[in-house]
Amino acid sequence: MEGIVALAIGVLTGSGVWLLLRPRTFQVILGLSLISYAVNLFIFTTGGLRTGAAPILEPGTAGSLADYADPTPQALVLTAIVISFATTALFLVVLLAARGLTGTDHVDGRERNQ
Amino acid sequence: MIAVHLPILQVVLPLIAAPLCVLFRARDLPWAIAAVATWTAFAISGLLLAQVYSVGVISYEIGDWAPPWGIEYRIDALNAFVLLVVSGVSAAVILFGRDSMLAEFGRSREYLFYTAYLLTFCGLLGVTITGDAFNLFVFLEISSLGTYVLIASGNNRRALLASYQYLILGTIGATFIVIGVGFLYAMTGTLNMVDLAGRVQAYGANTTIVVAFTFLVVGASLKLALFPLHLWLPAAYTYAPSMVSAFLAATATKVGLYVLVRFVFTIFGPEFSFVTLSLGLPLAILALVGMFVTSTVAIFQNDVKRMLAFSSVAQIGYMVLGISIHTMLGVAAGLMHLFNHALMKGALFCAVGCIVYRVGSSRLDAFAGAGRRMPWTMAAFCTGGISLIGLPLTAGFVGKWYLVLALIDRGWWPLAVLVVLSSMLAVIYIWRVVEVAYFRDPLPEAGPVEEAPLSLLLPTWALAFANIWFGIETSLNVNGAFAAAESILGGFGS
Repeated sequence: MEGIVALAIGVLTGSGVWLLLRPRTFQVILGLSLISYAVNLFIFTTGGLRTGAAPILEPGTAGSLADYADPTPQALVLTAIVISFATTALFLVVLLAARGLTGTDHVDGRERNQ
Repeated sequence: MIAVHLPILQVVLPLIAAPLCVLFRARDLPWAIAAVATWTAFAISGLLLAQVYSVGVISYEIGDWAPPWGIEYRIDALNAFVLLVVSGVSAAVILFGRDSMLAEFGRSREYLFYTAYLLTFCGLLGVTITGDAFNLFVFLEISSLGTYVLIASGNNRRALLASYQYLILGTIGATFIVIGVGFLYAMTGTLNMVDLAGRVQAYGANTTIVVAFTFLVVGASLKLALFPLHLWLPAAYTYAPSMVSAFLAATATKVGLYVLVRFVFTIFGPEFSFVTLSLGLPLAILALVGMFVTSTVAIFQNDVKRMLAFSSVAQIGYMVLGISIHTMLGVAAGLMHLFNHALMKGALFCAVGCIVYRVGSSRLDAFAGAGRRMPWTMAAFCTGGISLIGLPLTAGFVGKWYLVLALIDRGWWPLAVLVVLSSMLAVIYIWRVVEVAYFRDPLPEAGPVEEAPLSLLLPTWALAFANIWFGIETSLNVNGAFAAAESILGGFGS
């Protein structure tokens, strides 16, 4: 399972970086979103990957790392998702306003040949 | 009773005041709310500093959850010092803001502006006060989101583009920091800084720890605008409203530097950062190159705000150079310059704000004749400029003096010569403004211009006066910086 998750993080990051280096603002926003998905997925895995494990210790039984999921990364990911959502929302507003003011969606605010 | 809860009040009061600005939109009320919140935060940070000096480190457990499980606010001599700098300069700048923002931004969306200001302020204080690595990231994002809005509120349309570019780079910086924190959590299973410090330093030069270190240092360097990661800063400071430029120049990059110092010294430890990974050399090189390149670029700017922005990047070089020496004297010199630079850039940007208020532009031409027509404004500008250059009897001198001492003490005396040489570049760009202001006749189309109103002059002069005060009565900045350096270095390098 680790291999698949690592591959997913890699693909998301790679696509994100490629889009981030594009000259159009919309692609840049998508790139940043993909990178933040990759980071969220990465943080999610920092607690270790387990199937069918609850983040709750049963009363009466001794807790063991084999059947216990660490809840902290899940809480961190929730926070990170909210933050990246807010950033993307602000990003889109700035993008629309800049598009309206400059008449272009190039990241420099003007086309290269102008 | 309430004194126990000062650490949380420091952050929560601006946070509560922010939505109040939206609720009470009547004439001047949002500004009044922001001003009261800022001054209360200033008072609290003063009390916290006094408390830290008298009883030592304060640890506040949020919701009574004991660390390392709960979030801990941990205030030692370092972050109490930074809190005082951030809230102190903000207290002067918010008074400056009322009339300056009315002229540059108008009244219609004033409440939204002060909401964004308070959120940024809350975020900066939160980054500084928290003892939890992930909490630090959350506050960093709160302050960054607020900053993007503040920059975009400049009335030049380039303000939007400047904000947009900072958005991209700032998000990348924050992403780097959160990746670094993720790696640390994967290795140690904890987020509390003190707990992290013990566990991380036990690993030594483990690959994952080195990767985490790299991500955190690069992310923090982006936030503090270390050369060559400063590309977002000049445009942002140039096109933001004057009050925002003064506020950000005096606080945002300082908090970025604090984040770097906190990670490098407290979590990874000076032994690992400077001996195992020898971070000192690359930091010193980048700081020195940055000082010369950006000071030279500043000389050729025709917009005074842009010139001061480039100068800020150069001054950040002095602070980082101090840190990179990683001796007691060096770190104290870097932190001292953090304090002093907040005062000088606050005074300089406020003085430029006075010119913008009266003449409507921050271009060099707009300063023509200002020496005679706005004598108090220009006198404040000159005081800030002299402090920036680092002449004796100003705060700027104290910081540079200790920096040169630290470099000689470490045996890096050629660098001490370079520091003095790069200060000469500051003489050139400050002189360009002084020459235009005092020796050139005003442009004929400028019309009659009078001195800035008292509401702008008083805060500007408060900051300018602080530059002189802390150059003569140095107990707060020098002793504060030494106490801070001692608290993070422990016995290292002494």
